[in-house]
Amino acid sequence: MTLLLSVFAAVISTAVWYKNAPDDKMKVGVLCWMFWGASIMWFVDAVFEYIELGSEFFKPSPADMLNDAYLGLSVIALALVIWVVVLLIKDPKGSVRAALFKNKK
Amino acid sequence: MACFLVPAAEAIVTAAAANIAKNREKKISPVCENAEISVNKEEAKQYKIPFSRKLRWLTNLLLGGSVLLLFEHIWHGEIAPYFPFLTAASNPQDAAEMLYEMGTAGVAMALLTTAIWGVMLLVAHIAERKSNACERAEGNIQ
Repeated sequence: MTLLLSVFAAVISTAVWYKNAPDDKMKVGVLCWMFWGASIMWFVDAVFEYIELGSEFFKPSPADMLNDAYLGLSVIALALVIWVVVLLIKDPKGSVRAALFKNKK
Repeated sequence: MACFLVPAAEAIVTAAAANIAKNREKKISPVCENAEISVNKEEAKQYKIPFSRKLRWLTNLLLGGSVLLLFEHIWHGEIAPYFPFLTAASNPQDAAEMLYEMGTAGVAMALLTTAIWGVMLLVAHIAERKSNACERAEGNIQ
């Protein structure tokens, strides 16, 4: 479930990045790297789990699925927070600087 | 248990390598930072993505994934905010299991990420060649 959520997040963020490419003023690329990196790593994790559990891997208990979905959504929330922090620090549009110094003339 | 440490360590190494490569590229062509334009024997301009930028792609993939996996490990209680930070490191049996997992899943994560980066390099190389071929053809027409 965590892998699925992260793959969906990666695909959506890549589509948004592509729509605005080559301009990346919203720094959506940061989200793409994070979600794709995590998806690759969780895919490897899933393969190892499949080797260990066999077909049982595809029959998770509802409690496990719910916990994994909760984790996946939390991971997406964390990635979005990191993205917002990077966006505000790098401030590619200069909006933060403009807002901070709007009274300074 | 601590499989994400292997790609995280690789990310640190590639970040350092990218910085070294960037400094070398600046010494070679101090004007261009993002795009390196070199002149060959036929004096045709060739676009080439700097290697430091390509290395940064790998660093971003490894670091981004490692950060989110770090959160997952905190979620599962495998990382604690006190020494030795990894809960599995507190007893030898769990530590051996952790090292085994790092050697199998961790190394596989790092290898697959690097292999995918390799595919990205190949695609970028083909795109560079196509772009240069188009520019040369346009130059011949003019």
